[in-house]
Amino acid sequence: MNFKESIPYKLIITGAAIGLLLLLIWISLFTGIKDISFASLFSDKEQALFFIISRIPRTLALLFVGAGLSLAGFVFQHLSQNKFVSPTTAGTLEAAKMGILFSIIFIPEVPLMMKMSFAMLFTFLASLLFIGFISKVNIKNTIYIPLVGLMFGNILSAISTFFAYKHGIVQNTQEWMLGDFSSVLQGQYETVFLILPAVVLIYFYADRITIAGLGPSFAKNLGLPYYSIVYMGLFIIALVVSSSVVTVGAIPFIGLIVPNLLSLIYGDNLRRTLPIIAYTGASFLLFCDILSRLLVYPFEVPIGMTVGIIGGILFLVLILRRKK
Amino acid sequence: MVDSQKDYLTFQDIHKHYGEKIVLNAISAEIAHGKITSLIGPNGAGKSTLLAILSRLLKQDGGKVSFFDKNIGSYKGQDLAKKLAILRQSNHLDLKLTVEDLVSFGRFPYSQGRLSSEDKEAVQNAIRFTELESLADAYLDELSGGQRQRAFISMIIAQDTDYILLDEPLNNLDMKHSVHVMKTLRRLVDELGKTVILVIHEINFAAQYSDFIIALKNGEIVQHDKTNQIIQSNVLRDIFEIDFDIIDRNDKLICNYFNL
Repeated sequence: MNFKESIPYKLIITGAAIGLLLLLIWISLFTGIKDISFASLFSDKEQALFFIISRIPRTLALLFVGAGLSLAGFVFQHLSQNKFVSPTTAGTLEAAKMGILFSIIFIPEVPLMMKMSFAMLFTFLASLLFIGFISKVNIKNTIYIPLVGLMFGNILSAISTFFAYKHGIVQNTQEWMLGDFSSVLQGQYETVFLILPAVVLIYFYADRITIAGLGPSFAKNLGLPYYSIVYMGLFIIALVVSSSVVTVGAIPFIGLIVPNLLSLIYGDNLRRTLPIIAYTGASFLLFCDILSRLLVYPFEVPIGMTVGIIGGILFLVLILRRKK
Repeated sequence: MVDSQKDYLTFQDIHKHYGEKIVLNAISAEIAHGKITSLIGPNGAGKSTLLAILSRLLKQDGGKVSFFDKNIGSYKGQDLAKKLAILRQSNHLDLKLTVEDLVSFGRFPYSQGRLSSEDKEAVQNAIRFTELESLADAYLDELSGGQRQRAFISMIIAQDTDYILLDEPLNNLDMKHSVHVMKTLRRLVDELGKTVILVIHEINFAAQYSDFIIALKNGEIVQHDKTNQIIQSNVLRDIFEIDFDIIDRNDKLICNYFNL
């Protein structure tokens, strides 16, 4: 047994990882235009209120969305048996936006939960359509599948724009394109907690999802109903993506980068990698958000941009190092 | 207990077509219980299709597969998975799993993911059976084609079913491992009373290791008999349309067709 598998080593690593996450949470809580210090929380009522209304919700939303989208990406890659499929490359984000748009058009003064339900219905149907499509067409080259997904997303987006234009709300829909955590406030972000049941579901379905990733015959041989697993997985993805998009808008690439990065190191057995994916996704998004807030202080860089750049660089480095 | 004279896996009038093309044309047979049966025949004869239908992976267009006096479609997935296992040719290998993870999945019908000590023992036994101990922690995508094939066979062994169906299990294997796999199958049948049905291309492996041979051609069963009845130069010539020279050495029939 080598040192890397020994128990003290694992404890040290786990401890360091938790320490890092706590540090990131601390920085996230105390970074912003309004200068808040830990000591003043107890003396200054106004500061404490601001802290509770804005800072805590923002940090929680980042943790949930980061962990949720990373896991959803991983599940999506298993179900489609394609490493390049994620909510960004399968039209899922666009479907969520379409759902929100239609809820606004059909229901005046639409409540948040109703928006969420619409988004969820649309994302579920869109992912179902996408999975159905790629299982029907026999495309040998895996790289075509995300291309098909991107086209599918563009079609959905075009339809949305058409209806948004007719109702004069094109501006609003474009705002949803950019993920934004700066407007997360108490009372308007609680939909993000719906990610929690989704993660619990992933935990209970972890082995089944991994087996489904080995293909329909493989799952059927083990007596598992392949299509029920796929529907369950798509439901989970829809729940995570729609609650994220409704709350903070579209955060691209995280569901692609984080799972692929970790798969290279820790493999694809979901039961084993689930906590690592959730942890990395949450820390990564938190880190990107802090960077977004500090780079052009007191303004903010869109978080989608920081996620894309940092994640892309990390990914390239990892692939190049493995080639050697 | 199970009566070894009776055959428990039978099929009647199985018909399958893809579009206009008829793949299986109303074929019927009984699979000998507790024996090795090889499915042989030229490419496109319908061997893999038949195997997929026998294992409920594929639905037939007509006819009936019966397993222990019940229609195979009427079994619950989980129950059937403890009685009959199938390994197909193409397995998705995009996933990065260790050999041990894969073999452990073979216990899923019993454990639903939570391995008992009995399950763990079955996994270790299966890994030992296929001589993969040293590779147990290796990722499948780092293995050679042959090692990977053995890992999948190991999983099927861990699944511990009475019936084992294999679609070209010797694909990618070198001679040593081909012989090892066939000997393993022979032991599963002789020592543990299992029934094995396999699609096989190399006629000599079928000749050496199987008890019965079913020969398919153009979607029909052209021969179904004991191995020694099939391994005859005139019979094989009819099936494969090339010449065969059958060499009888110590009661073992060897086919030479390589350069006649």
